[in-house]
Amino acid sequence: MCGIVGLFLKDKSLEPQLGAMLSEMMVMLTDRGPDSAGIAIYGSAAEGQGKITIQSPSPAQDFAGLDAELSRKLGAKVGMTVKSTHAVLDVPAGELQAAREAISELRPNVRIMGAGEAIEIYKEVGLPEKVAARFEVSKMSGTHGIGHTRMATESAVTTMGAHPFSTGPDQCLVHNGSLSNHNNLRRELRREGMTFETENDTEVAAAYLSHKIASGMDLGQALESSLNDLDGFFTFVVGTKNGFGVVRDPIACKPAVMAETDQYVAFGSEYRALANLPGIEQARVWEPEPSTVYFWEH
Amino acid sequence: MATSNLATAPVPEMQYDTKVFDLSKTTLRELNQALHDVADGSNETAWEVLNPKGSHAVAVGVNAPISVDVRGSVGYYCAGMNQQATITVHGSVGPGAAENMMSGAVVVKGDASQYAGATGRGGLLVIEGNASSRCGISMKGIDIVVRGNVGHMSAFMAQSGNLVVLGDAGDALGDSIYEARLFVRGTVKSLGADCIEKEMRPEHIEILKGLLERAGMTDAKPEEFKRYGSARTLYNFNIDNADAY
Repeated sequence: MCGIVGLFLKDKSLEPQLGAMLSEMMVMLTDRGPDSAGIAIYGSAAEGQGKITIQSPSPAQDFAGLDAELSRKLGAKVGMTVKSTHAVLDVPAGELQAAREAISELRPNVRIMGAGEAIEIYKEVGLPEKVAARFEVSKMSGTHGIGHTRMATESAVTTMGAHPFSTGPDQCLVHNGSLSNHNNLRRELRREGMTFETENDTEVAAAYLSHKIASGMDLGQALESSLNDLDGFFTFVVGTKNGFGVVRDPIACKPAVMAETDQYVAFGSEYRALANLPGIEQARVWEPEPSTVYFWEH
Repeated sequence: MATSNLATAPVPEMQYDTKVFDLSKTTLRELNQALHDVADGSNETAWEVLNPKGSHAVAVGVNAPISVDVRGSVGYYCAGMNQQATITVHGSVGPGAAENMMSGAVVVKGDASQYAGATGRGGLLVIEGNASSRCGISMKGIDIVVRGNVGHMSAFMAQSGNLVVLGDAGDALGDSIYEARLFVRGTVKSLGADCIEKEMRPEHIEILKGLLERAGMTDAKPEEFKRYGSARTLYNFNIDNADAY
């Protein structure tokens, strides 16, 4: 099991509440995944600015003075907002790659959770409610976001094994299910130059999609092609800078419910996660079809 | 002509109130325990459940001739193992609705998620919307009537009973079917292994007419349906297949 929630806002007036709505949805699915939780939230992208979310097992030590050191190294102003074990670095968009390299040089123990113009990723081991509180997710605003509660099957219960996985700029993936050909696929993707942080099956799926996108496919094509190349059970929800997509494997035994109103499109592993959304009684509620790619974009 | 100083309020006609459980105030366990505690011949025959909000296992294991109206959508396993009761969900149901039903009736006003009516041995399951994949998987005597469509692998390994679909059926309908009858009014995307279309004889029209009447779907004509069932080629071991083992 695992629980997935996703929320894509059409109504701008709801944007300040995105974090609150998404964390409530996620906590509702605690019993589908009590061992870890994570959230990817897409805030407004400032022109020419990029963000890198980093994580450290010893944040006090690793984050101290990192912004100043990075600023010096890059010759550009770097801002830093620390949230518990994570921190978001604001760097000029053109310096994202240089900043990643500088971070691993300056702080070898720091892990990069995700980077891009709009994405922030927070994930930790522990009950979803505690994870959401630790990062104050309910105070975050944004245009869309994805949450995940994990019940580990394919790899250990660690921070890096939690979802979402991000393997490309502003991209992230959460997964309910288990892939059976991830070892082979990881080998093939490594040959193609992709790097991996964990032994986790979902990270392979994320890297697969990022690789396809980097080689010219759009997200829809990449998701279509995953239906041929990934073996196993999956319901995926994928986030990009402008929207999110949903795809289920042909067997579709991993549950999924969607709801759409004039204000939002919402995804939940179960209806419970959607039951408190505004106007849910009048929403169009349906189960996404197997082997069918759904996508919403701003 | 006795006089009395007792109040003479008119005695209301005897009636039994509907038992109402509001799941935003009461736990699911209390609801299900109360439903299980209904004694033979009890007057508490009308029950109502408010604010289910996608809860799992609502009204599971009821074994009394009562009616339960669930106002809203529910999660997994609603009305599982039902015996005798008539359970109506005024909303949609999650996976495994009416799983292993023995008798009685379950009516879903909205849609049903996967494996609705799985392994059911008796009773009637009516889904007024669509049912998704594996509807009636391994059914063993239950009757299922779906006004909309059913998803892939419906009636997989169905053993007995009837599945009636007024809309369309998805891929691999009736895969590895035994003796259940499948009636579909719309299209069938594909038939599963050993499932074939069969002749609609007068006795099948009669059976289907009865099922549609029981489901309250008399606007559909039995003559509009096609019947599917087992080709019975997987029943016995075939020596020619020995190499496959």
